[in-house]
Amino acid sequence: MNLDELAGKSGEWLKGVGPDSDIVVSSRIRLARNLADYPFVGKATDLDRAEIEKSLRKNVLDTNQQAGLSYLNVNELDSLGRQFLVERQLISREHADSEGARGVAIDTGERMSLMINEEDHLRIQVMHSGFDLDAAWERINSIDDRLEEKISYAFDARLGYLTACPTNVGTGIRVSVMLHLPALVITRQIEKVFRSLHKISLAVRGLYGEGSQAMGDFYQISNQITLGKSEEELIKQVADVVPVLIDYERRARDFLQREGHENLHDRVSRAYGILSTAQTISSEETMHLLSSIRMGVELRLLPELAMGQVNELFIQTQPAHLQKISGKVLDTADRNIARATFLRHHLGRDNTRGQHEEN
Amino acid sequence: MATFHITELAEGKPHEVHLCKDHAHAYLQHEEDTPAQSPNLAGVLAHQLAVGQTAEDLSKLDQQSCPVCGITFYEFRSQGRFGCPHDYTCFTSELEQLLLNIHGATDHVGKCPKRSPGLVARQTEMIRLRREMKDAVAQEQYERASELRDEIRQIENEASGE
Repeated sequence: MNLDELAGKSGEWLKGVGPDSDIVVSSRIRLARNLADYPFVGKATDLDRAEIEKSLRKNVLDTNQQAGLSYLNVNELDSLGRQFLVERQLISREHADSEGARGVAIDTGERMSLMINEEDHLRIQVMHSGFDLDAAWERINSIDDRLEEKISYAFDARLGYLTACPTNVGTGIRVSVMLHLPALVITRQIEKVFRSLHKISLAVRGLYGEGSQAMGDFYQISNQITLGKSEEELIKQVADVVPVLIDYERRARDFLQREGHENLHDRVSRAYGILSTAQTISSEETMHLLSSIRMGVELRLLPELAMGQVNELFIQTQPAHLQKISGKVLDTADRNIARATFLRHHLGRDNTRGQHEEN
Repeated sequence: MATFHITELAEGKPHEVHLCKDHAHAYLQHEEDTPAQSPNLAGVLAHQLAVGQTAEDLSKLDQQSCPVCGITFYEFRSQGRFGCPHDYTCFTSELEQLLLNIHGATDHVGKCPKRSPGLVARQTEMIRLRREMKDAVAQEQYERASELRDEIRQIENEASGE
């Protein structure tokens, strides 16, 4: 797998298709698994880690031949390459920043990624576009079943799958749905929503796992507990609140349109104006303005743009992506210029309309 | 006067505070008041230990270690990560309350592997055997090392032959 080639494309989960994809960007499920006969990663010697990596790499590739997996040795990637995978949500920040033998297997559509030697020996992740948890569960469950035929997982009859951190023990499952909630942010209802989610033990994070000040108004809702409820129950717990959140967001958008259509339209148009003409722009400002554009696309205020195209811009204007796309290392100032150039090009003011790559 | 040792995990880095009883309560109370913060492991653990233990109890507990991977309870509570699957058995009495605080449950419901848990537990023994073998080699006790190697092979054969 060539990362430079990957930079110009986007994963299936960004396509902006699938149920409720105007508000729900993606549905992701992750399973944490460990081999029974090795210490957890934190206590593993270099030799242990190398053996874990070798054994899991073989079994992961053998049991997923039809998926056309590519394997990346994360330890041998430079920091730009690792950052690039984090931006694409294919590896975690922790996986990128740690040391020693570790890797990731990724399918061509970037729907599945299997991280080896992250916090746990194996972290299986499946990510689908839109609100599509059932299909994601079906896929990840069968990946896990096939692996389980070859591997002895650390498992206890009473506690379930054993993980390095007791917050993941039991099912080892983390179910998360990423939503775009700009209207709830504008109408200042988002904090209230979070508080009620915490009460039913659901966690809320930003696009890259950051705290409540989320970039681009993206929020990931996920289960907090992993023990004492079945995988299906935990999925349902997350799945049940998503339609409620979608409904709140739609109502907030209706309210904004009804009470001040000009203001809303103005906000979207100004965002478009800046992004399509700026000469230098920070990542933060880009995310903020792209959020308005994304909402504008959904409200049909920007008919020339497609949802998938806007989703891609969020990822492709991230620092490592810009550097991969321009083929060289850039400092912050140069990145801001490259970002503005990229945005002008893709939002059609550089006389290049209609030349978007077909992904 | 009892002192409470509270370990916080912020951004993955442990930070210790030592407080008297009243201050410990105030400190933990303050933690609970912080809005829109999801409970983390260190916070839950700190709360649990601060409520139930004196400094002496805690230091005794801290020195307990797992016979399989060698991790001490102190290492676990400062890093928030276990060293091997056997730690769940080894630290079971401390864990019980911790699991209740985190998950509200202590028993797994859901998917189970088809392999027998007995064999899986045997395989976890290999962690200890490999560690002892390495030590035996380092101390030039080659006879002991070869016994251990045979034992490892036997478990490997059981696992692959099932």
